[in-house]
Amino acid sequence: MIDAAQDALDRLTRVRGVRGALLVSTEDGLVVAEAIMEGVAAKPIAALAASTLTRLARAMPRAGLRAPQFVQLRAERGMMLAAPAGDDLLVVAIADPTVNVGLVRLELLDVVAAVVGR
Amino acid sequence: MSTVEPWLAGPLGRFVDESATRITLLMTAAGQVVAQHGFTRRVDVMAAAALGAGIVASTEAMARMLGAGGFATLAHQGRTQSLVLLPFATPRGRWIALVVFGRETTIGLVQVFLERLAAEVAADMPPEPARAPLTAERFEQELQDSLRNLFGRAS
Repeated sequence: MIDAAQDALDRLTRVRGVRGALLVSTEDGLVVAEAIMEGVAAKPIAALAASTLTRLARAMPRAGLRAPQFVQLRAERGMMLAAPAGDDLLVVAIADPTVNVGLVRLELLDVVAAVVGR
Repeated sequence: MSTVEPWLAGPLGRFVDESATRITLLMTAAGQVVAQHGFTRRVDVMAAAALGAGIVASTEAMARMLGAGGFATLAHQGRTQSLVLLPFATPRGRWIALVVFGRETTIGLVQVFLERLAAEVAADMPPEPARAPLTAERFEQELQDSLRNLFGRAS
């Protein structure tokens, strides 16, 4: 499973503007697999992404919605895109603000499929 | 939260606020407590410090025996509470951070903020004040002073 996920993460980082892609343990916020550019700090991204997604997953049902399937956070200097892969894992991409979000989303969901289809 | 040295209050306060941990203990490698958050009883903090220092010492001895040369962090995951021990280098020698946290945070977040705390403590640490030679009487007095700083009263 890790090999397939690693290949999919590598593909995700080939999208122009993507600086890194991570497979993260949802409960722990720890990195399971990564493909990131030099200078991108994987550990804080993994921890903060897992925390954010976990809180969203708790909050959304209270708003009458279901747990998030895809999350996009846009900041001044970049973007975090994430999607849960089953109950235990999370796929996270860090990208430049100008990235083609649609393309990243497609590749990100491919990683999810590679992980869930384990 | 209480600290033996006032400069520790800033970094420790930020860590407690951001990481949402329940208990934090900073100590020397010998188990001498320098700051704590979350403990209410002196006996608990002294016991936790002694046990934490002992765990780090014994695990590092085992790591050396296995040729691993040491470890970065030691984590124990419980059902409702978990524990992380992080030994780190400072200008005054090795210190140890002991953190207890619940399900309101994650080990990933705790490790990230704990590594930042260790870096801030090492960077902000002032030189150790010169001390007179330690005698039995001074040892008792220093121990009482430390306890008073940590808990507001001596035994």
